[in-house]
Amino acid sequence: MEKILLKNLGNPDAHKIDHYVKGGGYKALDAALKLQPDNIIQMVKDSGLRGRGGAGFSTGLKWSFIPKDPAIPKYLCCNADEGEPGTFKDRGIMDWDPHLLIEGMLIASRAFGAARSYVYIRGEFVFGAKRIQAAIDEAYAKGFLGKNIMGTGFNHDMYVHRGFGAYICGEETALLESIEGYRAQPRKKPPFPALAGLYGKPTVINNVETLSCIPAIIERGPKWFSSMGPEKSPGPKIYGVSGHVKRPGLYELPMGTTIRDLIFNHCGGMRSDKSLKAVIPGGVSAPMLTAKDLDTPMDFDSLAAKGTMLGSGAVIVMDESTCIVKMSYIINRFFSHESCGKCTPCRDGTPWITKALRRLENGEGRPGDTGLLESLCTNIFGRTFCPLGDGAVMALRGALKNFREEFLYHERHKRCAV
Amino acid sequence: MPLESVKEEITEALRKYPNKRSAVMDVLRIAERAAGGHVTKEAMDEIARLLEMRPVEVNSAATFYTMYSVARPVGRHRIWVCRNISCSLLGAEHIIAHLERALGVKTGETTPDKKFTLDVAECLGSCGTSPMMQIDDDYYENLTEAKIDEILKGLK
Ligand SMILES: Cc1cc2nc3c(=O)[nH]c(=O)nc-3n(C[C@H](O)[C@H](O)[C@H](O)COP(=O)(O)O)c2cc1C
Ligand code: SF4
Repeated sequence: MEKILLKNLGNPDAHKIDHYVKGGGYKALDAALKLQPDNIIQMVKDSGLRGRGGAGFSTGLKWSFIPKDPAIPKYLCCNADEGEPGTFKDRGIMDWDPHLLIEGMLIASRAFGAARSYVYIRGEFVFGAKRIQAAIDEAYAKGFLGKNIMGTGFNHDMYVHRGFGAYICGEETALLESIEGYRAQPRKKPPFPALAGLYGKPTVINNVETLSCIPAIIERGPKWFSSMGPEKSPGPKIYGVSGHVKRPGLYELPMGTTIRDLIFNHCGGMRSDKSLKAVIPGGVSAPMLTAKDLDTPMDFDSLAAKGTMLGSGAVIVMDESTCIVKMSYIINRFFSHESCGKCTPCRDGTPWITKALRRLENGEGRPGDTGLLESLCTNIFGRTFCPLGDGAVMALRGALKNFREEFLYHERHKRCAV
Repeated sequence: MPLESVKEEITEALRKYPNKRSAVMDVLRIAERAAGGHVTKEAMDEIARLLEMRPVEVNSAATFYTMYSVARPVGRHRIWVCRNISCSLLGAEHIIAHLERALGVKTGETTPDKKFTLDVAECLGSCGTSPMMQIDDDYYENLTEAKIDEILKGLK
């Protein structure tokens, strides 16, 4: 398949604007500036593009919620927080093809009338932040950013906002709080950001990969995009594979590629040729699947039908030597560390789960710990203010459902079965 | 005035936003670097004055975001070793143990010569090239013990 999002992965010159323009870059912006903004939104709707940040919401529909009144200032925020463990896909675009993202952001901004945008990038990505900033500076120098872009009267300013170590900033309203200079705790919805977002103004928050799909949709048309992959979740998708495979890394493939095809064809199979025990299909919030699910297509709906999710497209592969209790401990330690502290079930519940898992993992499990974990899940699920707490529970429930015996073994024998 | 020397950088940060408070994360970062790696109480008080915030609000932001070292002096180089799922599957524990041995400190500590501070991180977004660590601004990927020894030797 021809690559759209990762065609420049590893190319040492591709991040420079001359290289980008020579390859046809900023032509989609030129075309978009000649369209009516509503036509751009319609094209994105028709393409079937769904957000790559995790929830899979229709991108065109999200843009259409922004009020049309030109007197109201509007914002675009690009979500480059990339914090879900296992996820490293947006980095593949930002480090190697920053102008693709900038062009996508400009077209989006034109479509719903944003005069300002921010790229919210996690603090650890220093290289990526520098790359994006340098590309923004180049775009200003060439007249793709600033006043009267390409002589059309469209004005736009773009800035980089660096996070500094807090996974919750990836949640869209926490991200807004963070840009405004507060502790990043999620806001109550409604009002939704489309009506009252950054500085109380209408705001769209989109993921890096989502926005990077936009130039190709404008250039090649929505039909081309929607013909790729499943009808209800079409387009190219970046899968980031890590763990026990021969060739971990980023793979841009049609949405709906099966787990088996990804692991055994593209990634060269299992490392050390051990057998596969479990696979997490979409970052650690997504419940794990097992070898019997390998033929599941990796798209939003097929994975949801299996009780899990595509999430961030982070595929974490575990072979038979992996202890599921230990992995569950590591995953939950993450969530309790990242709980923002706003609501009690998550703030108090996730450390409680982590403590019980740590006991089990260290051979100090108490009788009934497995049952305790199950009841903690029940008490937290559906009672948290934002999806972080539910994500923690869903991940653990997936492990308990498939590998309950392993938890019980730890509880009874004070050691691991693998 | 601990921030006198970095005034221009602060002006640059303020230019990005319609209000002053939004620059607090950038300014904390600038202040941290100016003080040699950690955020001091004096710096936070001055940031509060500059950004028209209350000192507790600056402190509250600084302590929320885990990468700031608030009132905790650190070594010349900060090391964060990723220990979350993907790195753990490929041996992060050995990497941490090796670093503790090589530096003669435990996780969370600074070497007596103030050269290194060793910390762990819960996923740095480099899962396809694990195990990995971050030192200061740079990522070091596909680590082995031999590679770590080389990297440490190369740092001044
Ligand atoms: C706890 C939490 C963390 C999230 N982290 C990210 C993230 O790192 N990157 C991202 O794009 N979306 C993340 N999201 C999803 C965002 O809230 C939001 O749905 C997304 O950025 C919308 O963009 P999209 O429509 O292009 O997918 C997170 C959500 C939650 C609840
Ligand atoms: S669920 Fe957790 S992260 Fe979300 S608001 Fe509650 S405490 Fe914060």
